[in-house]
Amino acid sequence: MEIVKQDYSKFERQLKIFFEEKYQDFSLKFPERAVAFQQFITEGFPTRQLESWRNTDLAHILNDNYHIVAPNDRNLLSTAAFHCNVQGINVHEISITNGFSNQKLIKLDNDVIYGSLQEAILQYPDLVSKHFGKYNKHLDGFSSLNDTFWLDGAFVYVPDNISLDLPLQILNAYNWDEQLFLSVRNLIVLGKNSKMTLLHCDDSLNHHRALSNSVSEIYMDEYSEMDYYKLQNINNKTAIVNRIIFYQEQASRLNANQVSLNGGLLRNDIHVKLDGKMSDADVSGAYLMDKNQMIDNHVHVHHAVSDCTSNQEFRGVLDDYAATVFNGYILVDKDAQKTAAQQSCRHILVSDKAKIETQPFLEIYADDVKCSHGASVGQLDNEALFYMRSRGIDEQNARTLLTYAFVSVVLDKIKIKPLRERYADMIKQRLSGNLGICGQCVLDCSIKEKMEQLDGLKLF
Amino acid sequence: MNNIILSIKDLHIKIGDREILKGINLEVKAGETHAIMGPNGTGKSTLAAVIAGREGYNVTQGQVLYKGENLLEMSPERRSREGVFLGFQYPVEIPGVSITDFLKTAINEHRKYHGLEPISAKDFLALMNEKKKLVEMTSNLANRSVNEGFSGGEKKRNEIFQMAMLEPALAILDETDSGLDIDALRIVANGVNKLRTKENAIVVITHYQRLLDYIVPDVVHVMYDGNIVMTGNKSLAMNLEKHGYAWVKEQLDIS
Repeated sequence: MEIVKQDYSKFERQLKIFFEEKYQDFSLKFPERAVAFQQFITEGFPTRQLESWRNTDLAHILNDNYHIVAPNDRNLLSTAAFHCNVQGINVHEISITNGFSNQKLIKLDNDVIYGSLQEAILQYPDLVSKHFGKYNKHLDGFSSLNDTFWLDGAFVYVPDNISLDLPLQILNAYNWDEQLFLSVRNLIVLGKNSKMTLLHCDDSLNHHRALSNSVSEIYMDEYSEMDYYKLQNINNKTAIVNRIIFYQEQASRLNANQVSLNGGLLRNDIHVKLDGKMSDADVSGAYLMDKNQMIDNHVHVHHAVSDCTSNQEFRGVLDDYAATVFNGYILVDKDAQKTAAQQSCRHILVSDKAKIETQPFLEIYADDVKCSHGASVGQLDNEALFYMRSRGIDEQNARTLLTYAFVSVVLDKIKIKPLRERYADMIKQRLSGNLGICGQCVLDCSIKEKMEQLDGLKLF
Repeated sequence: MNNIILSIKDLHIKIGDREILKGINLEVKAGETHAIMGPNGTGKSTLAAVIAGREGYNVTQGQVLYKGENLLEMSPERRSREGVFLGFQYPVEIPGVSITDFLKTAINEHRKYHGLEPISAKDFLALMNEKKKLVEMTSNLANRSVNEGFSGGEKKRNEIFQMAMLEPALAILDETDSGLDIDALRIVANGVNKLRTKENAIVVITHYQRLLDYIVPDVVHVMYDGNIVMTGNKSLAMNLEKHGYAWVKEQLDIS
């Protein structure tokens, strides 16, 4: 079959020229970057001929020029670190602005390490190389590009038997007066019987387009527990290609939740590999999209061994011309007997122009499994609307309350009460049209932001 | 004249091509409790729905005045804020919306409409606690989602609780007794009785005389085939109970 390429040539051309020029900078310490880039040249950006990109058109994103973030940009792109305090929660924080970590590396008394990934490579080469790249999956040209161009990101290490006292927050913010192409790479390692809560936020601080291509590898050793909360609230021009890979060992427990409030194009590939018996993964998400926003969620849960459980639960609300793709995939290997895996995605279409494509994929090779999937697309319940109106509640408010109630099921997965309340507040603002992405701070609210100057870190 | 709360004149209602109400006349004054009885499918619930403002009903003739104003022109939410309440025959489950949030929103919308400040959290809590006692409601019920997973009795109790919170001038209770056991019936009826005042009016729609042992009506109407065919006092309800609805038909055929 002849593959017809969509016209992504503008940015592809720019990338080629750029890589030839900066080849030295990138491949000095990492010759494998050249290999990765060669692979990108071969495969190019994913087109709609690719099943996993069938419903998502990148043309408007890729027919554009970007400032490709390069090693020597660290000083150029240094800008005030962005902080976001959720009232009632203290956190350990890694603030990443324009692809570079604002922190070097911090080691706590209990030997927990967090901060810049680049710095971690220098200080803890063995620890990093034991895990780096080991769980990542090659999905398409974006994978190759991240391997080629990643420069920095967050590194977290929680040693065996340690429960991190505070949640750790990774703030990934874009704030530059040019269109940026960023490749962020995160590595999080949880030791045996360790425990942590991770808040991971994507924020844009202005209205410029950015194209972010990030990969996060999260390794969970035996009996470890992780609560992972992702919040995406970026401007309507920005596109995010976000890959998260969770690798779970025996009896580890994952609660991963993702709330997406704004964004031009949000592509999330969430991969979970259950590779140790009795491990459990709960992956949930809520998204509220309007205007021409698009969200494309691919959730892939791989049961590689027996006696594991997984649950996927997603709720989406789409207004105006917004579009969404939800692909939930459950793969059960031949030996993964006694698997219990379920998946549910439910959507409300507020306008008749909004679009949804949802596809479950169940690939099951074991014979003793319990798998289920369900998808629904609907409108708000008219009976409930009338019931509320008959009690004096304005129709618009009734709609807002019902829509909030619809997504709140997913919010219940958030175990930190102040965070849950904060999310609830943001979602309510979002539903009443008051949460946009304001010029200064997307989390515009009662929160006080602190802006701090960077101390110029130099890693290359 | 001033104490007439509801005045319905020659009301004809169609759903699609079918005429459901065929010229209803009804007048309810402040301080009165009316009972509307009748067999299934005679238009009792339609009448309740039209008063509350449910969509899908076509008024072909007649008028409904509430305190002298044309009720049919008002949105359902405005009717509520003006003091009309419908106790649903089948209360709707709303997963994810707690009774507390639901009622606080409703009360504040009522207050806004009447030019009042939103109720304070403290006052709201006090109000909830006071009204909960009226229907012997347990406190944790208020934290649950509206009607979600409630038993039939709990749902009906919740309707009366909402009525107590909103203090309507006109309450239409559509088969509030259906699905209730004796104890729940007593609790619900007692709740309603405590809410009866000289200023408000209550219209109870029921099949059975049983409820009227507890909520004693001032006026009893019998509906049949889209019309009110008999009006009397409590003894009319007793006669119905004794002779059944066939008796109504006989009486109609005689006259």
